[in-house]
Amino acid sequence: MYPPAFEYQAPDTLEGALAALAELGDEGRVLAGGQSLIPMMKLRLAAPSHLVDINRISELSYVRRENGSLCIGALARHNDVVGSADAKASGVVSSAAPWISDPLVRNRGTVCGSVAHCDPEGDWNSVMLAARASVVAQSSSGSRTIGIDDFIVSFFTNSLEPGEMVTAVCVPIPSGASGGAYMKLERKIGDYATVGVATQLELASDGTIAQAGIGLTAVNYQNTRASAAEDLLRGETPSDELFAEAGAAAAAASDPQTDVRGDAEWKRNVVAVYTRRGLAQALASATS
Amino acid sequence: MQININVNGTDHSLDVEPRRLLVDAIRGDLGLRGTHIGCDTTSCGACTVLVDGTPIKSCTMFAVQADGSAVTTVEGLKGADGLSAVQQGFSAEHGLQCGFCTPGMMLVSTALLEENPDPSEDDIRWAISGNICRCTGYVNIVKAVQWAAAAARNGGEEG
Repeated sequence: MYPPAFEYQAPDTLEGALAALAELGDEGRVLAGGQSLIPMMKLRLAAPSHLVDINRISELSYVRRENGSLCIGALARHNDVVGSADAKASGVVSSAAPWISDPLVRNRGTVCGSVAHCDPEGDWNSVMLAARASVVAQSSSGSRTIGIDDFIVSFFTNSLEPGEMVTAVCVPIPSGASGGAYMKLERKIGDYATVGVATQLELASDGTIAQAGIGLTAVNYQNTRASAAEDLLRGETPSDELFAEAGAAAAAASDPQTDVRGDAEWKRNVVAVYTRRGLAQALASATS
Repeated sequence: MQININVNGTDHSLDVEPRRLLVDAIRGDLGLRGTHIGCDTTSCGACTVLVDGTPIKSCTMFAVQADGSAVTTVEGLKGADGLSAVQQGFSAEHGLQCGFCTPGMMLVSTALLEENPDPSEDDIRWAISGNICRCTGYVNIVKAVQWAAAAARNGGEEG
């Protein structure tokens, strides 16, 4: 299958890419790993007239700690996160990385590309919701930071303006004891998640929950923060009963569709179970 | 667009449309038909090649993106001394049935052994998990990789 014809350029500096995007406006689309964009173009679900390939901008290829955050540059592949010692600073990020698609896609696809793609069946945006990430967007006229809740607008829709691109996504590294987990149910490696649940817990010095993050994959028209479940947890002492209540609240925030991967009621139940298990795993790593 | 790629040790200069997929440049422009097109939707791994040593799906990369890169296809696995350890392993353990997935399987296995010369069975299954064998011949594929790992450890002698 062939995508529709397009104009192509591959600048080797960020400034070059931003200048090209500024000139192209709505017509320009960033090509990073291409593991979602190229299949969509081949299936004619996307037909950008101009691609700005950022694969030659090596300065965007990093996973590193910066000012108390873990930052992932726009050219960092999923597999760069799998192999990164710095990424271990965020339990939920390092837990999710090996479960993104398959090894070949992880060698090529990028974290920031997946975040920008806003596919509700994509894993990373649930992780970023749980970790309370910020997206760094740059254009030729400057840079701004967008909280992940505001970045995700809807089904395949982010809040970038024409001429802007994601240059990094950063998650704050919790100062106290913390842990995280990404639980993913999939039919086979490489398939989309049937259900995915990202959880992160930060504990106060007295052992109560200082902050909780829960993001849900493939159960709504966008990756969803389970706010009511997070509210239940915050300030409380962790217990199995509390985690089960949070699971029920996360399930109530889900509105999955019945499809080839399973029926809606079953998926909602998986959300409850995976939230409970994910929180237990997050607590275990926070207290170990 | 004019691109320069090194495929299996030979430099090629090609004139390709930006939308030409790497797999089609390899098969069509260079006539190397060992790289297969299976699903054509980034799902099966039949089109796996190594780009600068890293296994990727060549149906999901544009040929222009490989400009300046070194590509290894199944045709490039054979060395001056004959078949590589991985190729010998697939032969010795009959790591194939219909053979359609075999080039991709051998390329990911080659990359795995480069990085981890003594992989566990789990390591091997994990490494090949992006490549689908529709005959479901995974048991012998895993044995083939184990054979190759043992052979390489024994200095090229049979494992």
